[in-house]
Amino acid sequence: MNADGDIRGAVHSNVRHDSARGHVTGVARYIDDMPLLPGTQEIVLVTSPHAHARIVSIDVSEARAMDGVRGIATAADIPGHNDIGPIFEGEPVLADGIADYAGAPVVAVTADTYDQARAAAAKVVVEYEELTPVLDIEDALEREQYTYPPQIMTYGDPDASIAAAPRRIKGELRCGGQDHFYLESNIALAVPRDDGDLDIYSSTQHPSEVQHGVAHTLGVPSNAVTVEVRRMGGGFGGKESQPTIIAAIAALMADITGRPAKLRLRRDDDMIVTGKRHDFLFRYEAGFDETGRIAGVDILMGMRSGNVADLSPGVLARALCHADNCYYLPNARLSGYPCKTNTVSNTAFRGFGGPQGMIVIEAMLEHIARELGMTLDGVRAVNYYGTEDRNVTPYQQTVKDNIIVPLVERLQAEVDFDGMSKAVDDFNASHTTLKKGLALMPVKFGISFNTPKLNQAGALVHVYADGSVHLNHGGTEMGQGLFTKVAQVVASVFQIDHDNIKISATRTDKVPNTSATAASSGSDLNGMAAFNAANTIKDRMTGVAAEIFDTNADQIEFRQNRVYAGNESLSFAELAEQTYNRRVQLSAAGFYSTPGLHWDAKSLIGNPFYYFTYGAAIAEVVIDTLTGESRVLRADILQDCGNSLNPAIDIGQIEGAFVQGQGWLTSEELVWNDKGQLLTHGPSTYKIPGSRDVPPVFNVHILDDAPNRFPTVFHSKAVGEPPLMLAISVWLAIRDAVSRISDHRLLPKLDAPATPEAILMAVEDIRARD
Amino acid sequence: MTINFVLNGEPRSETSISPTRTVLEYLREDEGLTGTKEGCAEGDCGACSIVMVRNGSGKVEAVNSCLLTMGQLDGTRLATVEGLSDKGGELEAVQGAIVDEDGTQCGFCTPGFVMALHAFRHSGESVSDEAIHDALAGNLCRCTGYRSIVAAAHAAMSGNVEEAALTTFAEPSATELYEAQGQSFLSPQSLDALIAARVEHPGAPLLSGGTDLGLSFSKDRAAFPVTIFTQNVVELKRIEEDDAAIILGAAVTYSEALARIEELFPSFAVLIHRIGSRQIRNVGTFGGNIGNASPIGDTPPCLIALDTALTLHGPKGARDIQLEDFFLDYRKTDLAGDEVIASLTIPKLGPDQNFRSYKVSKRYDQDISAVVGAFRLTISDGLVTEARIAFGGMAATPKRAPRCEAALVGQPWSEESAARAGAAVADDFQPIDDHRATADYRVRVAANLFVRLHRDLEGADDIEVTSL
Repeated sequence: MNADGDIRGAVHSNVRHDSARGHVTGVARYIDDMPLLPGTQEIVLVTSPHAHARIVSIDVSEARAMDGVRGIATAADIPGHNDIGPIFEGEPVLADGIADYAGAPVVAVTADTYDQARAAAAKVVVEYEELTPVLDIEDALEREQYTYPPQIMTYGDPDASIAAAPRRIKGELRCGGQDHFYLESNIALAVPRDDGDLDIYSSTQHPSEVQHGVAHTLGVPSNAVTVEVRRMGGGFGGKESQPTIIAAIAALMADITGRPAKLRLRRDDDMIVTGKRHDFLFRYEAGFDETGRIAGVDILMGMRSGNVADLSPGVLARALCHADNCYYLPNARLSGYPCKTNTVSNTAFRGFGGPQGMIVIEAMLEHIARELGMTLDGVRAVNYYGTEDRNVTPYQQTVKDNIIVPLVERLQAEVDFDGMSKAVDDFNASHTTLKKGLALMPVKFGISFNTPKLNQAGALVHVYADGSVHLNHGGTEMGQGLFTKVAQVVASVFQIDHDNIKISATRTDKVPNTSATAASSGSDLNGMAAFNAANTIKDRMTGVAAEIFDTNADQIEFRQNRVYAGNESLSFAELAEQTYNRRVQLSAAGFYSTPGLHWDAKSLIGNPFYYFTYGAAIAEVVIDTLTGESRVLRADILQDCGNSLNPAIDIGQIEGAFVQGQGWLTSEELVWNDKGQLLTHGPSTYKIPGSRDVPPVFNVHILDDAPNRFPTVFHSKAVGEPPLMLAISVWLAIRDAVSRISDHRLLPKLDAPATPEAILMAVEDIRARD
Repeated sequence: MTINFVLNGEPRSETSISPTRTVLEYLREDEGLTGTKEGCAEGDCGACSIVMVRNGSGKVEAVNSCLLTMGQLDGTRLATVEGLSDKGGELEAVQGAIVDEDGTQCGFCTPGFVMALHAFRHSGESVSDEAIHDALAGNLCRCTGYRSIVAAAHAAMSGNVEEAALTTFAEPSATELYEAQGQSFLSPQSLDALIAARVEHPGAPLLSGGTDLGLSFSKDRAAFPVTIFTQNVVELKRIEEDDAAIILGAAVTYSEALARIEELFPSFAVLIHRIGSRQIRNVGTFGGNIGNASPIGDTPPCLIALDTALTLHGPKGARDIQLEDFFLDYRKTDLAGDEVIASLTIPKLGPDQNFRSYKVSKRYDQDISAVVGAFRLTISDGLVTEARIAFGGMAATPKRAPRCEAALVGQPWSEESAARAGAAVADDFQPIDDHRATADYRVRVAANLFVRLHRDLEGADDIEVTSL
């Protein structure tokens, strides 16, 4: 599996995750595993039990007198700005005057031990005056209460096209939120240096934002704060903006006590205090003809933004930009309403609005199919984007790399979709209580941050005089194998074995002003930055080699850990030493910014995506019509990864994303009580998939011979998020099973997640209507 | 008393540590063994899994170290992920297989998976997807989608199982009282000593497997002055059997009883396999599941339907009580403050008796039930002559369904009778809405389970989605 045939670990080969051995032996260190300096403080938060309340008074006198307590902070003790909003201002670290969700941090207590801090926190007396909370999306829509102004995307003339269409439908749908449930909960450790500056160890996908948030909170410049992250125990978007508040509090308490301070949210606190995937309410209307071809759509998306905006503008923009999925919408109004509710601010989660955008269009197409007595795939077939025409999105970007139709056809042929569908009918005819369903899900996902400025990355590469290489870049490792992939890129540039390349922790003092490792863009951006850095050094080394061999630079070839000029050669290490001896720099910073992007955030028009990835999945499920229990029996996936940098890692991403999406759409149900308190805040009550829930037949393939048409790093494509949306096939298959009870005459009333209860109710409803 | 145990091959004798400190905290903070992780501190994610061998048992069992207290370690040997292979040396079979199959991504859950599979490898079970899922039900991974881990499990099981590296046993402490940090940990060895401890320390919690009480230590940070540990009480660990019944000591774990239950009540065994996870079942006990009197405990409805009697012991001697009479109200039982549950007597099934139990929850494995239905029907010549039906999740206590039973007794065993009995669920129960299910759903499902029951007893092979 060595693409270059001559070095270990080139691009396109299945290099193991760099930490795999550390993972299985327990040696791989996470922040909570770091040896602590003497005097390190443990922090415990006092959070609001009320969804909406005025803070009348805070009395910490008794708490302050408790054993081991060395510092207590409220909003009033913040020396800089009590604001860590990533996009808009007004998002406090500690609640000031108003607590606007149940779980909002109000007071931070530090002590020598966790138990001491916890005991003291219990003695903090906060007097609240309860205010009326707004807890539902509908309620917020009704009051027009938003965290920032609504985002409306309009293309063509939706009203006229719907009115003039021969057929019309209207519908409503909901999809639930999702807790990230990274196995390592949020954590930060702040360590004061002798000059008063701070080193922050944060489990974050976005070290630069943690740096800025900490600096802002303490009122110091960015150069007084250094953030390091070697690895996270999972991120999934939950550590994009959320770690900032955790790190800011740790920094504040380190600043107050002059000692290192650690804040690790225990699982329940993590689930209560930090944001999740946005739940949505959709109202849609569509006009179409007798063939199922869409004339126009009008989709309202009510998004639960939560108490503040956080990353909601980006999430909602991506939801609006993915409501087309793979289909040409000649006329569309896509309206996004960021509902301000007294619940925790929702945030980034793998897919970042894409899953929500896609689920509504798929439900709408299914509605059209039932209305016309067609199959869902029949309706899709007349609506897929074209390659030469019908290829402009509602945000007016032309889709130039469309491969969805051949990809879907290939998957359908490989699994014999028609045969499977017939077998499902046969099964259902001969079984009374168990019913099967089958569905395909095509996915087109736009790659690049919707906000153009974020599409930049830096890297730092050193070649030491002994030929060993040190690699650093702005991307973070959360398990996705980014560090391994970028090391492969550098290995391929230098044509040396990848194990000569030392992977190092992400640090804001090595590569500054980085973007979050998010939007599936980690290897596209950082891989390219490292590619550029390595090539800068390689060019210099080439010049030195040309001198040594007395030839032209174009005669120099890096190959098999050596550097050749015709028949003469020296080892990479020998050339490194010679380069040093000749006083030529062996270190370089690399930079990359994605070309050709523009986006008008007001009109929601532009060219926000560098390219699209494509994929399709087919899921077969069975439901129990007595209990509503369901099981995925089989899933087949074909995913476009361009020329994959590392197929083994990409397969892992695809499988993991699919199962995570399956969880979102089936067993993972967030439940709040009527006071706005989260009831499902641990794995005992919040059920992510277990090993048995994975389809027993699970065929995952990467589309071969499909290089990215755009010049990405070695023509690879991003992979982190897109396959999550393939799991919508599971949800559609469950709906298909319910609909088959009516011989596909009726549209099931089934939202997401399709829990056993939701499925049973949908079954009983369709039987009552049939 | 000292707490004597062996950790990764090295003997330990603890004399000053809090007996209710969790083993997870001890490993990470006192021993610096940070390979073992805290993911949830409630025994549901498995990141803290270690393996434990109890004195004399020889069985290598995975347990959740977050719910295990130091006092429970006396006489055990433990291995953590650090104890499986030498630094830089050859990897243990499971570790190697997980690396080879790309079974790690973020790696945080990985040590727990390694330990669960290490125990599975030593269990001598035949290897199948089913057995692997059973072994991994207590371990959550959020990154990989599990396919690679299951593949690694298959690969690791194919080789010969080497002798467990750690062969030294700790000699259990001879005395029954451990005192440190102002806390007493009593570990009586006999029923009389246990009752004496109950009398002497009214209100002190009884700790058996700690799968529920352990949360008091791991999450609520409780430090009870006195804790009474029941696992060393000889009488409570017995499994006895005669022609009429099987008698389980209250401190018998699910894992210890499973083989016999599988033989006698296979449907109950299927349900027990869905209680918690293997890590939980290795320490959780029947007595504990009854004693904590949860309305959603999985075994009580089954045991009630099976006509189980409890034997309680106290200073005044023993008394028997039917399990259905034991539960008085929400979390309230008939157990006096100085009594203990000593044993459960479960009558064997007669020739015409059929027993089935069904659990409905959001996730198949390791979930708390929305509804458990348990049915023991005596059917002679096509007529239902006796019915014992009980449900969990439908009321403040696990309870029989008298109207459902009455609808069946004397009737022919038919689809119609089953449906009629199901319709009576709404008369028997007024359940509540909570985060697991609504009252409406609970009533519908409980009613529909009668349809499943009928099909099941008729021999249908497509009873549940897991049948396929």
